[in-house]
Amino acid sequence: MTSLRLILVAWWLQMKMRSRSAFEGVLGVLWPLFFATTIFLMYRQSASGAALIGASVGASAMGVWSATSTTASSALQSERRQGTLELLVAAPASFPMLVFPIALSMTTVGLYSLVATLLWGRVAFGIPITFHDPFGFVCAVAAVVISIALMGFLESVLMVRYRAAWAIGTALELPVWLLCGFLVPLTLLPAWVRPISWALPPTWGAYALRAAALGGSPWLDVLVCMLLGAVFAALATALSHRLVDSARTHATLALQ
Amino acid sequence: MSQTTSSLRIFFYGGLTSYRALFNWISPAILVPTFLIEPVFQVLFFVYVGRTAGIGNARFFLIGNAIQFASIPCLFAIANTIAEERRFQTLALLLVSPARRLPLFLGRALPVIVNGFCVAAFTVGVGALLLGVSISAGAWLPLVGVLAVAAFACTGLGMLTAAIALRVRETAVLANIVFGVLLMFCGVNVPLSELPRWMAASAHWLPLTHGIAAARDLAAGHGGAHVSDLVAREAGLGAGYLALGTALLYYFQYEARRHATLEIA
Repeated sequence: MTSLRLILVAWWLQMKMRSRSAFEGVLGVLWPLFFATTIFLMYRQSASGAALIGASVGASAMGVWSATSTTASSALQSERRQGTLELLVAAPASFPMLVFPIALSMTTVGLYSLVATLLWGRVAFGIPITFHDPFGFVCAVAAVVISIALMGFLESVLMVRYRAAWAIGTALELPVWLLCGFLVPLTLLPAWVRPISWALPPTWGAYALRAAALGGSPWLDVLVCMLLGAVFAALATALSHRLVDSARTHATLALQ
Repeated sequence: MSQTTSSLRIFFYGGLTSYRALFNWISPAILVPTFLIEPVFQVLFFVYVGRTAGIGNARFFLIGNAIQFASIPCLFAIANTIAEERRFQTLALLLVSPARRLPLFLGRALPVIVNGFCVAAFTVGVGALLLGVSISAGAWLPLVGVLAVAAFACTGLGMLTAAIALRVRETAVLANIVFGVLLMFCGVNVPLSELPRWMAASAHWLPLTHGIAAARDLAAGHGGAHVSDLVAREAGLGAGYLALGTALLYYFQYEARRHATLEIA
């Protein structure tokens, strides 16, 4: 119960901070719509109604990763710049429990862009928002948001030693869109790429979204998505303990 | 030192120094992911989306996205040179200096044009290799020229965003929004004939639209003479935006000095 409260309080604090950021506020609203509009215009040239719905669902999930990739990579850099990283590390609460809500707040902004993209597709392009399994779709959305938050958690921990982490995060945006098959079926990608895609939780989240929207059962995909997300969370937790121990031992926490 | 020599020094040395000092993306840790990896993946992403949607071909998306991605340095670099001067509190010192404004502002554009051109050329080259797109040997030289003109035109628009940066604090947000507009409007991934009429009409007034069309024609085997009109329009638009941006820089810096608001944005 204490852990849950900690996550909720930290998430809310981060949400309030993000709501004051023009980069994440204004750009969080517009950026996914730029790409979604381009994609809708592309699909409108030839695709059928079902393909347009699939594109709308895929483009909406892209926004969740967009909201996370750059900001998660530089999350701990920002804490360091603000002088709060030492306080986080020294806090009696477990360090991973303090970092995960940061990533979760980013994907919450992404959740907005998911909804906005679906609505934009409906209003501007007439793409219907009809789901074969509405409850399954909501669960699939939750799985996508949480799994991307866990990926962001791992990303933020992995990048803690890079001063220019934001650049790597930005460069990861498009590769993950491709690898997770948000819009492009994995069968179109080279065969050697597919195992990488299967190891990424949002790939299964995207399968689940499409199944719930277009027909089919999303539940197995939701389960795999959450299991892989748990693996990412375990990796991030272990790594964060290791990195914090190393930084405290060598007194390098503030020096990256 | 004559006034001309002094202006030339401000234009070349001042521009290069400003670029090196203020556009801190030239560090390899930022340059490689941002200017080399990201544009190639943008090309790959839209090529595969095009294949999924059953439209276009690899060459169409390669040329469009490679040129459009030149807008990242063209927009960000020049806006950063204003925003970073303000952040380092040197903007006021710069603007009270006796240096002539025209070479001072225009000099900042030259390294940016070279940067934008290099990004577009690298992306076209690597993208063509990865996707197996063949461009005839004779088309490369005029294509290089078109890439340079497109980078110039986009830097003109960058100068306009740099002027607005005197009034707007979030230059990164501003540049990203302009990047998104160029992505949607300039025929990068959707032919102008397939865009809504108002978008296609607006596209003719944006940089990159004519440059992308000219580069696609060249890559398809048309001669340089065939695209001269498009290239002239692209260059003309670039010059227009550059003039407008420079004029606005003059005006905003005058207003900022008059109202003592230079560092308030």
